[in-house]
Amino acid sequence: MEHNSYIYIFIMAAGTYLVRVLPLTLIRREIKNRFIRSFLYYVPYVTLAVMTFPAILSATASPIAGLAALLAGIAAAWLGRSLLQVSVICCAVVFLLELFL
Amino acid sequence: MNFPIKTSLKRGMRDGIPIMLGYLAVAFTLGIAARNAGLTVFQAALTSFTNHASAGEYAGLTLIAARAAYFEVAVMEVVVNARYLLMSCALSQKLAPGTPLIHRMLLGYGLTDEVFGISMAQEGYLSPWYSYGAFGVAVAGWTLGSALGVLVGNILPDRMVSALSVGLYGMFLAVIVPPARKNRFLCGLIALSMGASALFAALPLISELSEGLRIILLTLLLSAGAAILRPIKDESNETEGE
Repeated sequence: MEHNSYIYIFIMAAGTYLVRVLPLTLIRREIKNRFIRSFLYYVPYVTLAVMTFPAILSATASPIAGLAALLAGIAAAWLGRSLLQVSVICCAVVFLLELFL
Repeated sequence: MNFPIKTSLKRGMRDGIPIMLGYLAVAFTLGIAARNAGLTVFQAALTSFTNHASAGEYAGLTLIAARAAYFEVAVMEVVVNARYLLMSCALSQKLAPGTPLIHRMLLGYGLTDEVFGISMAQEGYLSPWYSYGAFGVAVAGWTLGSALGVLVGNILPDRMVSALSVGLYGMFLAVIVPPARKNRFLCGLIALSMGASALFAALPLISELSEGLRIILLTLLLSAGAAILRPIKDESNETEGE
């Protein structure tokens, strides 16, 4: 079978869109169940934490720089820095450290 | 709904800037993968504009490079991106009741990890316009980055890519850390999540599962555990764990 790149791209987009849009459109009302509400409340924290570590260690050329960025990011966020500031601080820490490492 | 459209849009666009910069770097590497899969600059940009999901795109491009069956690509996308099912559920509860279908469909389109993160960090109900603003700016970086990746390959110095790629994690931290400051349970949960994630990445057998699947498993397990141990207060729509 001849494969067309545009059909591939369309299938990728459709599959990805499906999982993103289904719950949003199907769950139309506020969930009353306390367990499910609590579960969904914790989802972002767990997912984002799980995605951040240990992945941040391998995102950089040197894992030490990644670890330093993690610690700097936590400290900056703890001190109430904005999204952009925390992000830039992490990048800057890696950039500076990797000049020496 | 009475969200000031312009204010929300503007705030979203502002918060979208760091996402865009991070995406630029990540998408750049995706562009290189797209070139290896034989895609043109336009096709790579189109892939990124319509998919904007790093793991999903990597997996898809790998299959395209192997000229896999269309069906396989479809299954792969659903599996690799399944974590969005959970995010989409959580986001559905962040919308004011009665939010029209068109907003739900558009929000679904723009649901990336980062847009999800900052959308959930908004106070009260989410104004869809905030997410649109952030997504609009962010997807430009994603699309442009992929096109550049095909076009100029490895010209960007490694050190720049390395530095930019932690920007996204910085954003995640800016989302999850501040609420944890006031909530010791959340603090512990985040630390536990990171620890368990590191464990899953290192353990034999489990580490062979795809990263997407590990994220889903951990999210299900830990969020359910937390919900049992510390259910949130009932009446408040506000997201206060304590």
